[in-house]
Amino acid sequence: MNDKPKHGWIYTLIFSIVSIVYISPILMIFMNSFKKKAYINRMPFSLPNEKTFVGLENYVEGLRKTGFFSAFGYSLFITITSVVVILLCTSMCAWYISRVHTWYTKAIYMLCLISMVVPFQMVMYPLSKISDSMRLGNPVGIILIYLGFGAGLAVFMFTGFMRSVPIEVEEAAMIDGCNPLQTFFRVVLAMLKPTLVSVGILETMWIWNDYLLPSLVLDLRKYKTIPIAIQYLKGGYGSVDWGAMMAMLVLAIVPIILFYLACQKHIIKGVAAGAVKG
Amino acid sequence: MERAVKKYFPIFALPTLLAFVIGFIAPFIEGVYLSFCEFTTISDARFVGLKNYLRIWSDPTFLHSLWFTALFTVVTVILINVLAFAVALLLTKTFKGTNIFRGVFFMPNLIGGIVLGYTWQLILNGIFGLFGRTLTYSASYGFWGLVILMCWQQVGYMMIIYIAGLQSIPGDLYEAARIDGANPRQCLWRITLPMSMPSITICTFLTLTNGFKLYDQNLALTNGQPSDMTEMLALNIVNTFYGRNGWEGVGQAKAVVFTILVAVLALAQNRLTRTKEVQQ
Repeated sequence: MNDKPKHGWIYTLIFSIVSIVYISPILMIFMNSFKKKAYINRMPFSLPNEKTFVGLENYVEGLRKTGFFSAFGYSLFITITSVVVILLCTSMCAWYISRVHTWYTKAIYMLCLISMVVPFQMVMYPLSKISDSMRLGNPVGIILIYLGFGAGLAVFMFTGFMRSVPIEVEEAAMIDGCNPLQTFFRVVLAMLKPTLVSVGILETMWIWNDYLLPSLVLDLRKYKTIPIAIQYLKGGYGSVDWGAMMAMLVLAIVPIILFYLACQKHIIKGVAAGAVKG
Repeated sequence: MERAVKKYFPIFALPTLLAFVIGFIAPFIEGVYLSFCEFTTISDARFVGLKNYLRIWSDPTFLHSLWFTALFTVVTVILINVLAFAVALLLTKTFKGTNIFRGVFFMPNLIGGIVLGYTWQLILNGIFGLFGRTLTYSASYGFWGLVILMCWQQVGYMMIIYIAGLQSIPGDLYEAARIDGANPRQCLWRITLPMSMPSITICTFLTLTNGFKLYDQNLALTNGQPSDMTEMLALNIVNTFYGRNGWEGVGQAKAVVFTILVAVLALAQNRLTRTKEVQQ
């Protein structure tokens, strides 16, 4: 498919314009975060001028109202620890069920497949009660829930990969005197790297942005994640402080974009590879 | 080797299995059970048979949200896939900046549903404001608002999958076709599309389930306004649980119906598009 259009620069021009339109919603949020709140909803498309410019007032107000930095900290902690735990535990589990062939490994695999389709609302209520009774409503306990609810996709993708890997390498390692643990950590894990990246990215995107699960599980008086903090800017009667909202949206989006710019290549590759196996 | 590994069950499989039981299997089974019960907390659950399932159908908000969600899913599946495929076709041509453009289209995917919802609420209200209206003026505004938001978010993701698929089509197929005198249009319909069926299967599956399960964006953009007319299934179920006293059992029954619906749709879709795939 490497056909070269005659006028490549026309394509470049058109796509440049489309791209600018495409990211304009994000630019609009940025622009409006510096306007007085009364003007944001009334004229969202005009640039801030002397009358409407408020400097960093919205940011100060938003940070005060949401406790954004602590929400950011909790989001970061929950996402990173959950993803690391998911990657470690599910890759080990997937190796086990793809190398040991009995009824229960097949059963686990089938259950993982089923869990990928089931919507969260199905388990939402019982899950929140179980986590209450087991006292999992804190940033550490929620890791266990993410491992449980995220296991389906991860196990499925890891097993898909392991079935395509030649088993001889592992057998050779075992003959050379490795026990299964050494075989896994020295041999299998190294071959697994691309899939680890794919799964890691998909789970990170899910957990970082997740709203409903943490809002039901976490003790919200103590812990909020970023999506929860933003949703809580909406007052009891549906009134929104748009000034603070704009500022917090910017603060929520900027780290993601920085992260994306830093590892764009891996993210796009990971998504493409993950989908082919899914 | 299998026997040596088998003994390591507690180390390799048990942690995931335990979490899976707590996070999925136990709540799932309890959820099925509770759908046959009347309850306000789990401890006072009383078995009532099929009563909850009968009450679902006398709740007009559920039927409305079901219809709304179905329509929304059909529209978004078609729009997102057509747009994503077209963009993928264009961006696999050779011209300056394709990588940057791919990056731009993909970016909205990383931003979460709640953040996207409020972002688009501002923009859509700004546009409707030019005509003296708001997003919550009528249900169809909310509907198309959600469609635009979903397209904006998901076209890039599906585009990446389509590009990966397009790049795996062997180039000699096109060469052979050109020698046989095929024009670009015939190449598209006879080679590119059939050879892209695996990606089409994946993308329709993803857009279908994403559309049906949509919650965050719905909550943040319209929250069901005006008067629950833009409430989708997931939001309807959550509101039944946490917004109406004495309806918890009905909410759980709705969730079971919802689950069955998603499962049946996913299976049917998979069957349908898999049969259209060709061997390479």
